[in-house]
Amino acid sequence: MSPQGRLWPFHGGGRMKETLRQTMAWLHTWVGLVAGWVLFFVFVTGTTGYFQQEITRWMEPERPLEVAPAPYDSSELVGLAMQRLEQVAPVAASWSITLPHQEASGRGWNDFSIRWEEMPQPGHDFGARTTERLDPETGAVLPPEAEPRDTAGGFGLYRMHYSLHYLPYDWAIRIVGIATMLMLLAIVSGIVTHKKIIRDFFTFRPGKGQRSWLDAHNAVSVMALPFFLMITYTGLVFFLFQYMPAGRDMLYGTGDDSVDAYYEELYGEHEHAAIGRPAAPIAPLLKQAEAAWGKGHLASIAVERHKGEEPEIVLSRARIGLDYYIPPQLRFHATTGARLPAEPRAGGGTLATAQVMYSLHEGHFTGIWGRWLYFAAGLLGCGMIGTGLTLWAVKRRLRHLSEGREADEHFGIRLVEVLNVATIAGLPLAVAGFFWANRLLPVAMLDRAAWEFHSLFAVWLGTLFYALGRPLRRAWIELLWATSAAFALIPVVNALTTDRHLGVTLAHGDWVLAGFDLTMLGLGAAFALTAVKVARRLKPQVPAAEGAATSSLEPALKESRA
Amino acid sequence: MSRRNISARYRWAVASRAAAAFLGGYALTSAATIVLALLWPVPKAQGVFAASMLSFALYAIVILWAFHCPSVKRVWTVMLIGTAGLSALAWLLNAGGAA
Repeated sequence: MSPQGRLWPFHGGGRMKETLRQTMAWLHTWVGLVAGWVLFFVFVTGTTGYFQQEITRWMEPERPLEVAPAPYDSSELVGLAMQRLEQVAPVAASWSITLPHQEASGRGWNDFSIRWEEMPQPGHDFGARTTERLDPETGAVLPPEAEPRDTAGGFGLYRMHYSLHYLPYDWAIRIVGIATMLMLLAIVSGIVTHKKIIRDFFTFRPGKGQRSWLDAHNAVSVMALPFFLMITYTGLVFFLFQYMPAGRDMLYGTGDDSVDAYYEELYGEHEHAAIGRPAAPIAPLLKQAEAAWGKGHLASIAVERHKGEEPEIVLSRARIGLDYYIPPQLRFHATTGARLPAEPRAGGGTLATAQVMYSLHEGHFTGIWGRWLYFAAGLLGCGMIGTGLTLWAVKRRLRHLSEGREADEHFGIRLVEVLNVATIAGLPLAVAGFFWANRLLPVAMLDRAAWEFHSLFAVWLGTLFYALGRPLRRAWIELLWATSAAFALIPVVNALTTDRHLGVTLAHGDWVLAGFDLTMLGLGAAFALTAVKVARRLKPQVPAAEGAATSSLEPALKESRA
Repeated sequence: MSRRNISARYRWAVASRAAAAFLGGYALTSAATIVLALLWPVPKAQGVFAASMLSFALYAIVILWAFHCPSVKRVWTVMLIGTAGLSALAWLLNAGGAA
């Protein structure tokens, strides 16, 4: 059928279901290609985010090794904290005491600390806030921790998955937003395309070139499908009004004041009245919290007063569940110690839904094994995008060859092939370079953190030139081996430059630092395996064996019928 | 047959469809979001938030339909008339609420 004759060639008298699968296959192919490279970057950097704090700790080797926290008596700590608060902020807008506790197991340790907000100056919404870490034994103010080296840290790596780098923030989040929307389309159209999801999942035809890539792409995509849908949709919700401002802007206006007014209406605003040390004894309140949430789950004690109301004491549970952003609270009258009814949650079910979405996206609610699962799902996402991009190029290259056009280079195919190598094999190498830079750049270097980023992008650019300069198959294999070596050598570089190497960290039982090094060895092995597999799959093939593609428009149609 | 046979006309048709789907679809979704926000039976600020959260699903469905529809003319018609109609409805609803 000639494309000139029919401008949308899918509705050719076929059954409706078949037509739908064909249009969706077409859409899947093209939105996937357009967004693929950005999404690969987003998935690689975003996946590191599940171990953001761990990566930061590794990148700050000056910090002490992990020590088991000492047991404490919460009412004694609260006594020490109140004493200090009364001394530095007898009259304040609010007090807050953080007890030593663990957020969502393994995620973040919180030290004993106090925080207060001064009464706002006239014309200001908030007063100055100060935080102090206290010694749990004596209540003395602890000096700030030793400054570690200047590093971008795990946060720097993770942050790029929505703010990219070298680009204004507002542009970056919109580029990522468009790519995310295309991903949502790619997922849904991909599901429609596959009528036999279960059978496809168990189908693998190794050593068959294009078919094998398709099978791998299907298997990886189906394996973590709920994760992909969830991560994509919740990702969009994070930037709700940047991506879909119409409702808010039309009904509330666009100026800063209008936006403020909107959030005041959504969250409800409380003006604070001055508070001081509460008269009610704290110990019985702590007992109630322990009875409600169990030992060690009380995270903080706040004293505050809404204008026109009595002062109150608010106890909050540690952030350990899907309610990460809205942990349960107990409220008490600050003078009598009487239990007060729970306040209605600001924003109702709507905000609670959003907050659960944020928790799901960030994996905040889950423990260490849950985060490993997230990490694995993130890597599967990289695999899905990587195999999808490769499939696009392999399919077209084979068709190009089968048409007997070896001599006539096709710019589009070549471009995709080069970008694929440079992205799929090159970006991981660049991330390894980021970690190398953390250990090798002089500790006192000016703008050191920025140079860690520059190192990442310099390596990445290098891989692009490499991919341009080498035959495709060699570029793939060599860059994958280089990536494997770069990751496997990180523990070695670490041992040569710091005293936080595996010999020390394993012996000390510091599983965060040891785990990082071991994970790097694991990644080294994984890339070596990939290099071997890719070398086997990219073996020069006899194009005729694949059968010449017939449709001039879209061989994906043929594929999807197969 | 090969890629060389793809005509300029076909390319324009795809470009027009993509514009209708992504730009027209965005306008349609925006208008629908405002209407949904006004109809959602919760306080208005929450309704805006909830409708906006749902808008991405709506946008996705609109785009998928736009690429499935046999006629690109029909896609443009639905996007333009739909956006205009929903905007008018939003205006009526909002004026009614303010009165």
